[in-house]
Amino acid sequence: MKKVITDYLDETSNKYPRKTCILENKDNKISFHAFANESKRIACYINKYNLFNKPIAIFIDKSIDTLKAMFGVLYSGNFYTVFDTASPKNRLDLVYNTLKPTLIITNNKCIEKLKSYNFDAQIINIDLIDNKIDNKVIKGINQKMVGTNPAYVLFTSGSTGVPKGSVITHKSVIAYIKWFIECFSIDNTTIFGNQSPFYFSMSVSDIYSTMFTGATFCIIPKINFTFTMNLVKYLNEFKINTIYWVPSALSIVANLNTFDYAKPKYLKKVLFAGEVMPTPTLNKWRKHLPNVLYGNLFGPTETTDICTYYIVNRKFKNNESLPIGWPCNNCDILIVDEEGKECEAGSPGELYVRGDFVGSGYYNNPEKTNDAFVQNPINKSYPEIVYKTGDLGKINKYGEIEYLGRKDFQIKHMGYRIELGEIEANITALEGITTCACIYDENNKLIVLFYESSKLSVDDVIKYADQKLVKYMRPNKVIKVSKMPFNANGKIDRVKLKKDYLEMEG
Amino acid sequence: MKEIIEVLNEVKEGIDYANEKHLVSDGLITSFDLVMLISLLNEKFDIEITVVDVIPENFESVETIEALVNKLK
Repeated sequence: MKKVITDYLDETSNKYPRKTCILENKDNKISFHAFANESKRIACYINKYNLFNKPIAIFIDKSIDTLKAMFGVLYSGNFYTVFDTASPKNRLDLVYNTLKPTLIITNNKCIEKLKSYNFDAQIINIDLIDNKIDNKVIKGINQKMVGTNPAYVLFTSGSTGVPKGSVITHKSVIAYIKWFIECFSIDNTTIFGNQSPFYFSMSVSDIYSTMFTGATFCIIPKINFTFTMNLVKYLNEFKINTIYWVPSALSIVANLNTFDYAKPKYLKKVLFAGEVMPTPTLNKWRKHLPNVLYGNLFGPTETTDICTYYIVNRKFKNNESLPIGWPCNNCDILIVDEEGKECEAGSPGELYVRGDFVGSGYYNNPEKTNDAFVQNPINKSYPEIVYKTGDLGKINKYGEIEYLGRKDFQIKHMGYRIELGEIEANITALEGITTCACIYDENNKLIVLFYESSKLSVDDVIKYADQKLVKYMRPNKVIKVSKMPFNANGKIDRVKLKKDYLEMEG
Repeated sequence: MKEIIEVLNEVKEGIDYANEKHLVSDGLITSFDLVMLISLLNEKFDIEITVVDVIPENFESVETIEALVNKLK
């Protein structure tokens, strides 16, 4: 009986033991058999610490090692959080203090940096462990597991400056991956070109569907997304046929007119999610690669990765936006109005998600959990928890769901979900800042920070932001104002700020 | 040289462009910055930087960017 994720990896590794499971480049790859064994070896080592159903952090740069550690944790019966090794210490501290892991897994390459952070958890360096696999131990752990045990906790930014950790169970991952595999016909001929970081929910799709089907997972070196000729070369060298990237990554390729000079020869499926896809980008891709399947996927981390999808099946003008489509199989969407009633077709409301993809809440955060994981508003008869996305949508004339934006100030920038409030909370912490506010310039995809201060220069603020904030959260523009505008309620008038900014930008 | 630095500052402020020699390999310029930089350089110098020239070596410093611009002028 298959009940947890590792049962699927076991099955795949028995079926395709020698097939390449993960590849970084032509000299660095690993087969399914070797990958499953390495993961089990790590699991047996973890087991010496007598931990079960406990959080374990992973501090390793994106690589085969990170994946071994992730599956090592899963085989050990615990759950993981992948730390962003490039994240500033203060943000990692917030994640660490919420997660409170007793163990952190690292490797030779990252151990010095990890040690400099002085976390009090014990450290396992996977390059130094030399134990053997004890299959009795692995089997014993599996016997104890239930599908509602968490597989991982994935952190996204929170409005008070404290990141929220979505708890995702084995059951949710299995339900989600079954849909993903069926919907996009993923099988042992699929070769993924992975872009998204492992601490980001999109990576769940290509990682786990590889382990479920015997596909091959290629980790594309990050620098190729800056120098796109090398990117196309990489896609062709490894015969990559399926990609699932953030739209920004697809935009870079399109905006540099890469396809005028070189084309990915093997690409069959182009899927995207994480932020709104700019239609001009999609149209450029479609012009050069007309026979490829394009899929617009939509969903928050709290629903494992995705809850609706749209396979592009008609033409879109550059000024038309793509629908987010239909609920995934085994997932349901409710569009709910302010009074908690289901909206009629065509009228806008908040999107609520039902079904097995829905996560279990936020780790060590009952307050935020209760705000977002709520009783189904249209079911008064028995307990049923649904996820309130905070996203607005409506049904269009094709019967598809159209995305209308965030209900609050949360933005999507470079594929990451960011609360502008978290950036503000960090900048406000700088001594000398009187007040500050962020807006998002959607047209140019810029985070714009306004601040008021009698002594700090723009450079001071930029330097501080570079130290304190993870890269994708840093303001792209910093503007000093002599007086911050306030509205009648005594709150910073963001509407006016934005209006003034847009007028200034012309 | 001065003009290139101006363009770079327009893309991203707060970097010592005159002395920095590894803008790409040290990760100071991201892919998002690069797209903006290329479009500004094209506009300002009336050139067309094609993706063939978008290789790390051409964007490491003000000098290499200047050499690229001069080559395409």
